[in-house]
Order: sequence, then C-alpha cells, then structure tokens
Amino acid sequence: MGIFPRRILRIMSAFWFTSLAAEMEYRVNFLVAAINSLGQLAGTLFTLNILYRKGYHFAGWSWHEALLVVGLFTLLDGMASTLLSPNLSRIVQHVQNGTLDFILLKPLDPQFQLSTRNMSPWGFPNVVFALVLLVYAGMQVPLPAAAYALGIIPMILSGIILYTLWFAVATTTIWFTKVWNATEVLRSFLEAGKYPMSAYPVAYQFFFTFILPVAFLTTVPAEVMRGQHSAAFILIEAAVALTLFVVTRCFWKFALRSYTSASS
Amino acid sequence: MLKKLRILTVTQHALMLAYRAEIYLWVLAHVMPFLMMGVWVTASRSGAGGAGGGGGMAFALTPVDYARYFVCVFIVRQFSTVWMIHEFEWHIVEGRLSYFLLRPMNPLWNYVTAHLGEQLARFPFFIMVLAFFFILYPQARWMPSASAILLGFFTIYVAFALRFALQYCFAMLTFWFERASAIEQLSFLPYVFLSGLLAPLADFPEPARRIAELTPFPYVLSFPAQILMGQITASSPQLYQGFAVIAAWFAGLCLVGQFLWRRGLRRYSGQGA
Repeated sequence: MGIFPRRILRIMSAFWFTSLAAEMEYRVNFLVAAINSLGQLAGTLFTLNILYRKGYHFAGWSWHEALLVVGLFTLLDGMASTLLSPNLSRIVQHVQNGTLDFILLKPLDPQFQLSTRNMSPWGFPNVVFALVLLVYAGMQVPLPAAAYALGIIPMILSGIILYTLWFAVATTTIWFTKVWNATEVLRSFLEAGKYPMSAYPVAYQFFFTFILPVAFLTTVPAEVMRGQHSAAFILIEAAVALTLFVVTRCFWKFALRSYTSASS
Repeated sequence: MLKKLRILTVTQHALMLAYRAEIYLWVLAHVMPFLMMGVWVTASRSGAGGAGGGGGMAFALTPVDYARYFVCVFIVRQFSTVWMIHEFEWHIVEGRLSYFLLRPMNPLWNYVTAHLGEQLARFPFFIMVLAFFFILYPQARWMPSASAILLGFFTIYVAFALRFALQYCFAMLTFWFERASAIEQLSFLPYVFLSGLLAPLADFPEPARRIAELTPFPYVLSFPAQILMGQITASSPQLYQGFAVIAAWFAGLCLVGQFLWRRGLRRYSGQGA
C-alpha cells in the first residue's frame, strides 16, 4: 500500500477528520472515558502495590520497572480504543448488513479502508496517562533518554501485532457473522499484558509467547527499554510482527473468497 | 406467579440456546480470575512475604488456596453477571418496553428470567471449562462439603439479586439519559477493584479492606467465593455480618429502584405509551 503514499495520507486525514467531527457530538462520553481510564489505572496500580508491599516482586522486575509495563499496556490500550476497536467492530456490522459490498467496490484496498476508516478520541485519556506514567517510571528506574528513542521501535511493532490479532479475529466474521464476543474474548486475554511475563507460571508464559503473543506486546518493549538484549529482542519482535502481518493478510484474502454478499 | 416465572425462564432458555456460541464465548471472556490465579500462585510460591523473610505482610493464603479462591471467583461470576441495562436501554430507545408493559406483570420479571435462562444455557459449557481446569491443575481439586455448596449457591443468588438491584437503579436512568450504560460503566470500576476479583480481600492493606467492606462490592464476589471454598461457614460470625450488609444495601437499592421506575415510567413516551 506504499505505492501512493501521498494519496494514502490524504485519505487517512479525511477519514480521521470526519470521524473526529462525528465523535465530538458525544462530549459527555469523553468525560466518562477519561474518568474511566484514570480509575482503571489507579486500580491497576493499587493491585500491583498489594503484591509489592509484601516484599514480593515479579522475578527480575523492580516496582518502577513493573510500572513501565503498566504504562506500555495503558498506552497500547489507548491506541487500541482510538484506532482499532472503532474500525474492527464495524467489520461485524458491515458483514451483517451486507454493506461490505460498498467497501469492496471502492478503488482502494478494502483491508486498508476497514482498518483506518474510523478513529475515536476515547482512547486519548489513556494515552496521556500512559505517557505520564512512562516518564515518571523511566525517571525512577532510571532510564536514559535514549531508552525512549529505542523503545519506540518495539512499541510500533507491538501495535502491528495487536492490530493483526484483532483483524484476524474480526475477519472470522465473514464465516460466523456474530463474532463481537470473540473480540471480547481476545480483549480479556490481552489483559494479561498488564504485568511482565515473569509474573505468571511457566505454562502461562508458554501460552502467551507461542500461542497468543501477549509477551511481545508489553514485556518485550519494556525489556528493550531497560536495555536487556535490545537488538535481539527487536529482531525477534520484528520477525513476529512481519509474520503475523503477512499471515493475517493472506487470511483476509482467503476469507474474502468465501464472502457471499447480500445481493449475490 | 411462580408458575409464570418458571414458564418465562424455560422460554428464555430456549431463546438463549439459539445464541449458544455467543454465550459460550462470554464464558471464555471471563478469563480474568484465571490470569490473577497465575499471578497470585506464582507470588505465593516465591517465598516472599512476612514468613519468608521479605519484610512485608505475609500472603493470606497458600498457593493451592489461591488457586481454589480464584476458581470460586470464576464460578461466582458465571452465576452473578448482570447485563439487563443493555437490554433495557435497547427496549427504551426502540420503544419495545411498551409490549412488556402490556403484560400483567412487572417487566422486571422479564429481565430476571432472561438472566436465569441464559445461566441455564451456559451451564454445560461452564462445567466443561471447570472440568478442563481441574484436569490441567489436579492439585487444586477439592470436594467442598455439601453445606458449603448449598450455602454457597444460596449466597451466589443473593449476590445476583444485589447486583441486579444495583444495575436496575442505573438502568432506570435510561428514562432520563439515553446512554445510561455509560454511567453504569463507572460502577464497574469499583466492582473490579474492590470485589476481590484481582486480589483476595484478606491481602488488602487494612484501611483499604475496611473501606471495601463498606461498599456492596465484596459481598457480590469474594463473599460467596469464600463460602464456596469453605473459608466462611455457617458458624462464622462473618456470614451473618455479610448477610446483614447485603440486606441493608438490597433494601435501599430496591426503594431507590422502585422510586425511579415509577418516576421514569411517567416520562416514558415510546410508541403506544
């Protein structure tokens, strides 16, 4: 999709501008979302504190390093509710109402259209709180400024991994029609990323690394920021992200072949 | 009345069976207790905490008991989840409440039986998940006494009634604001963090535990779970204390709910009303 980058950029800015304008109709919801994400964050820190005040710490993670993971999780969560969930929840609607036809007819890659059409500002509070937490935790660890620059790479890769997981689940709509609940299942499993992987028993770690790659979403970027085997971690994560992206793309193409539109 | 309720539950169950796959996915979406089980079992095995010499407070339970506690939390949640506000909102916005108002009984019962029917529909899958867990983690197996099961399930339904009453009050706000579920979502926050879903209340710092115990939230989750695992029995004073708090909250919420329902109904202007 990089053939017409300028055209792509223009389309994306038009998409986002219109959806922002539409969402501004619901300003009270934005306030609720802000209170909600602040509460979520406070509660997560409270729970983490219960564990740490016992003198326990996740193997290899100090309090402030664990906060780093919470911050990265909150950041991803905010990005997901801004960019992913408003789009991917709509795929379900498109298939149910047969409006997917309109998208397929447009002279633009359907996966691109479906994935970027909407954006909602409800994730912004999470992003802001996450950045505050990341800066605070980073200063306490302490992390050099270069760590943040280095951390941006695996964070982008995490974003890609998260996107492919959601998109793959949403793609199954084409066969099962009602998969809204399946994305909820995915969401609830992703919650595991709130804590570094060493918080879990080995069996969980295996599952969250090889079956559902939650480990790559938050733990690996945090490891990179801490400067532990950064290069190796980035390479592995890039390989995972690329593989998942290609697989999801093929899966989507394959699914489209079984799509029987409303009118055919 | 009981006969009517039974028939309604049976029909709702039949209705729900049509959406089996979706309901089964809901069961899976409640994976949180199992995640936290992993965290707490790992933590308590590490030997940190008071006795192990970490300097902090000791862990309240042994690793196996943590596993059992979170399984009980999972069970309680399966039977006490309330979602009536979403349906109610939809009924108000689309004017469907009018049909229920025509029936010779309070529409409330329609929602109650829908929940019971849904619980019946998810039951087989719930048992499968539970069996699967005990096969994977045989050390956590235990046989609760008959009295723990009886008392536990009684308490689960008391908890269900309390959560239902709480959500009912929020749902009544739909008469004034169309998106009452957004407001209700805020009550989900204290539920998640104070109910014992993420950590047993015994592990809370003392002041936090005191505050949590004044709210209704621990009584809808951690209280029935502790009864089910046999930590609270018929002879413990906590049992009666717990029921007293639940009764007080329930009575208060019923009054508020009934008041809002009467007031709200006057404002209702769906088709045919």
